[in-house]
Amino acid sequence: MTEEIIIAGFGGQGVLSMGKILAYSGIMQDQEVSWMPSYGPEMRGGTANVTVILSDERISSPVLNQFDTAIILNQQSLDKFESTVKPGGVLLYDPNGIVHPPTRKDIAIYRIRAAEFASKVGLAKVFNMIVLGAFLKIKPIVDESNIEKGLQKSLPERHHKMIPENLKAVKIGKDNVELMQEV
Amino acid sequence: MMKELRLMKGNEALAEAAIRYGADGYFGYPITPQSEVIEYLMAERPERRTGMVVLQAESEVAAINMVYGGAACGKRVMTSSSSPGVSLKMEGVSYIAGAELPCLVANIQRGGPGLGTIQPSQADYFQATKGGGHGDYRMIVLAPASVQEMSDFVSLGFDLAFKYRNPAMILSDGVIGQMMEKVELQPQRARRTEEEIIQECPWATTGKPATRGHNIITSLELDPGRQEKFNLKLQKKYKEIERNEVRYEEINCDDADYILVAFGSSARICQKAMDIARAEGIKVGLLRPITLWPFPYKPIKTLAQHAKGFLVVELNAGQMIEDVQLAVAEKVKVEHFGRYGGIIPAPGEVLEALKSKVIGG
Repeated sequence: MTEEIIIAGFGGQGVLSMGKILAYSGIMQDQEVSWMPSYGPEMRGGTANVTVILSDERISSPVLNQFDTAIILNQQSLDKFESTVKPGGVLLYDPNGIVHPPTRKDIAIYRIRAAEFASKVGLAKVFNMIVLGAFLKIKPIVDESNIEKGLQKSLPERHHKMIPENLKAVKIGKDNVELMQEV
Repeated sequence: MMKELRLMKGNEALAEAAIRYGADGYFGYPITPQSEVIEYLMAERPERRTGMVVLQAESEVAAINMVYGGAACGKRVMTSSSSPGVSLKMEGVSYIAGAELPCLVANIQRGGPGLGTIQPSQADYFQATKGGGHGDYRMIVLAPASVQEMSDFVSLGFDLAFKYRNPAMILSDGVIGQMMEKVELQPQRARRTEEEIIQECPWATTGKPATRGHNIITSLELDPGRQEKFNLKLQKKYKEIERNEVRYEEINCDDADYILVAFGSSARICQKAMDIARAEGIKVGLLRPITLWPFPYKPIKTLAQHAKGFLVVELNAGQMIEDVQLAVAEKVKVEHFGRYGGIIPAPGEVLEALKSKVIGG
């Protein structure tokens, strides 16, 4: 199994940390992982993205231009990355702020109203985990127990008290992801 | 023993490896994309863990000269920077090579020339392998292609530097420095005691006992006859390094019609390009130089006897290709593919270049 993912949105939405938790969860189940962020000027107040690869084999290129899954959290990122999803692949997006929804017909498209749920249940800080939950419902590539272990590894100890909230957010994402279009 | 696995950035792995190797000092100055090295070291407080000194110097020039001083005392000392900062260090590196001192310098390359960009590049190959500073000197240059190697090459670099009393460089880039991968950390080693340094580095300025003469660390010799002798001694040492320390990795080269030659992050991209090509039935192999100096001329020369062509892939306009051309000696076609200024090619672009420039061209 190899899963090549791009996660893209605004800086501050938790794009990079979502990727990190996913990568750590992969390590917890003995997989090879890579996490390659965009860094530099575009991070400061602009868009941020990270390429995450989980694989049972040694990972070759950490830099890709085609992905199995694109997780998209703003319009700029949708415009930039919709075309990079492999035919038959998955595009998951949060409709918050999206004016022009995806148009591809050869990919599966899912929607998660993560920003809306996050503010409704007062879990704004774990918005990204709602998105992660939605992704894991579509592609259960890591076990729930390994997500918890991944959180323990990637969060500093002083934030461990937030782990139950994070897991609750994952569940909200799993329960509320909507299939918009099959391949 | 249980393996200690962590998810780390290349820059963090390099910093942690320095503490675990038992390094005595790190002197640096922040610059993107390598600032995590000094950030990590400052946060880890290695002075509490091992007594290692970590100091943010007032400039890159100051940092390399602190390294010069530490190395003169037989200490395991290092610095790191990114391209423009490494240019500033080059005078110091030349002095350190001229004084025959061991040290480790890491360059997490970004695009140039000048201040250039902060995105990844491999455009400092010439600087690292052909000089950089002035005078006839050589630097041992290691090119990590993974976060694991960012960690492992700290100990390899220090070991080689001390074995040959010569500066060693880790020539990495923004991809390997910024990406996170699984890394198996080495166990903590103790820093050397003063007594161990006196024993292992009899050349170091550790304080003169009655039993020996003065140890003088200098790169100055005004008598041309003596300076020529010193140059001959250096050249003899460099020949020995060329004989003993060439390192490289060959993947799928045995039956390959076409060979990709790439180091560092480019080698990772080429590996994927190779996999795609093989799935299409094109027999492609990858030769990855691990030491850029000494360069693996011989294995490339051997591959040139059977391969139909070479594509050298670098994040620059064509630097390592000159060494590949020397090795291939016009037996078969050698072409170059590069992107510059911080642009990283996708594996598909590499394969397209192989098809258009080498296979079809």
